[in-house]
Amino acid sequence: MIVRLVQRIAILLASLVVSSVLVFAFMAVLPGDPARVVLGTSASDAAVAQLRGEFGLDRPLVTQYLSWVHGLVTFDPGNSYISHTPIGPQIADRLQVTLWLVGTGMVVACILAIPLGIVMAVRHRRPSGLVLSALSQVGVAVPAFLAGILMITVFAVEFGWLPANGWTPPIEDPVLFLKQLALPALSLGLVQGAVLTRYVRSAVLDVLREDYLRTARAKGLRPTQALLRHGLRNAAVPVVTVLALQLATLLVGSVVIERVFVIPGLGSLLLDSVSNRDLVVVQDVVMLIAMAVLLVNFLVDIVYLLIDPRLRVGAS
Amino acid sequence: MSAVDKALDKAQDNAQDTKAAVASAVPEGRRRRRPMPGSLLVGGLIVSLVFGMALLSFVWTPHDPTLVDASVRLQKPSPEYWFGTDKFGRDVFSQILMGSRTTLFVGFVAVGVAALIGVPLGIVAGMAPHWFGELLMRGNDLVLAFPALLLTIMFSAVYGAGTLVAMIAIGIASIPHFARLIRGGTLQVMKTEYVLAARAAGRGPFSIALRHVLPNVSSLVIVQASVGFAIAVLAEAALSFLGFGTPPPTPSWGRMLQESQEMLSIAPRLAVFPGVAIAVVVLGFNLLGDGLRDRFDPKLEDRR
Repeated sequence: MIVRLVQRIAILLASLVVSSVLVFAFMAVLPGDPARVVLGTSASDAAVAQLRGEFGLDRPLVTQYLSWVHGLVTFDPGNSYISHTPIGPQIADRLQVTLWLVGTGMVVACILAIPLGIVMAVRHRRPSGLVLSALSQVGVAVPAFLAGILMITVFAVEFGWLPANGWTPPIEDPVLFLKQLALPALSLGLVQGAVLTRYVRSAVLDVLREDYLRTARAKGLRPTQALLRHGLRNAAVPVVTVLALQLATLLVGSVVIERVFVIPGLGSLLLDSVSNRDLVVVQDVVMLIAMAVLLVNFLVDIVYLLIDPRLRVGAS
Repeated sequence: MSAVDKALDKAQDNAQDTKAAVASAVPEGRRRRRPMPGSLLVGGLIVSLVFGMALLSFVWTPHDPTLVDASVRLQKPSPEYWFGTDKFGRDVFSQILMGSRTTLFVGFVAVGVAALIGVPLGIVAGMAPHWFGELLMRGNDLVLAFPALLLTIMFSAVYGAGTLVAMIAIGIASIPHFARLIRGGTLQVMKTEYVLAARAAGRGPFSIALRHVLPNVSSLVIVQASVGFAIAVLAEAALSFLGFGTPPPTPSWGRMLQESQEMLSIAPRLAVFPGVAIAVVVLGFNLLGDGLRDRFDPKLEDRR
């Protein structure tokens, strides 16, 4: 158990180091001189040299890397090359917005996927199950931003029930906040829900074939009772894993959704920084998302170690 | 294999019972012919239709898809303009036809990059000593932390946005899916008696990989290619929507959607046509992948 835990932590740390080196190398070494990029090709050598000094670009790469990592670890990633304002608070602000989106998207997905997936599995040979299954296939094929555009057309443009875009912090105006959150969260959640439905279905189908469920039936439980009492808990394990791993998809999906609904989240920050050639901010946001994904993977592994006794003893 | 790997492999609807798939790829001599799965039929039809559209666009489109003509702005669908025209007076149907080319092209290159690197990587990871295989798989997990969209945005920040950058970035992001799957298949093949026999006969690892492993995991490659194609199409659409994909004037469904957004109150149909096109293509490749999997893997038939 302890050995496994240490092993997982070592893998996490190694992954973080390697991915940070990759991101840093990619952004810092390849594009040439960031100061030149910021100032444009017509800038004088003196101006470029001055900017290089200001951002510490004249230091050796290893020093630059270490100070970048130090900045990330201490939540103080320094100033933007373009706006010369601190990046940390900006990212924190934007992250809040994105977390609202991702969180509510995930809730919508669960509310949709868990009951539907179970129904689809239980009725997988009946017409109703097949129709639901076909519908979920269609749902998987619709990109979240398309769902967003279509929902704007229907609920904002056609009926005028909800605002087409914008963002208000919940403290300022809770009602408007919820109204503006509704469509983006739904578009993320519906599509993610369609994907999740298929995982729930296949997890429940797997469980339905298990011997212990047959035993439960033989004991005299009705199929629904047997599934509720013995099946769902077992089916939940892979579903929870997938849910956690979908965080990456949701984070990336929110990048596009933020653009559709004009929401000032992390994704908008990333896209704006790319168009402003604000490479440090791009580097930080990319690293942040990658770190989040690696951390979630790590946590899933740890939770598994804790709940599944087989993994504790058996070495691979 | 970490717990995540295990759970993922088990839970993934796409994930295959590799053992069964490999077993079915092994010639059995007297395999009964089964009826073609419906998903294979529908998926195959949709995919052929899209290929047909792309081929057709080389010889014929009703109008020049890039021709800007202010006098016919925002026309409703008519016998002249089947899907109407956009805000620049360009024929939407012609753009959809031409856009299918972009979509397929991006899909092909992305899946090609992913398979060309991912398949050998998976085979090596499956045949190499255990520790080395595990090391490669950890590297794999690392790449998974950079989803296609993120990777493309990062690449675009450095090299500038464009179709080539998008295709390669989507391809790189898809490598882990291939590698993980093929490694699983390879591990199964390596346990078989014919590999043992080949090794006893003095065949080197390279020869075994080419003669025994690759043919036996090829069904997995085909299935993953189909599913990967769907993922690439989705990614390309999202990227073009964000302005990181195909640059104008080359028609692209994702960019058509982006351009339609400001016209939603006047002409929502401009969003519907490219939107439906994207969804149908993705659905087609997903169904094709599912159908092929059922075909290759009799044991899973019951599930879908």
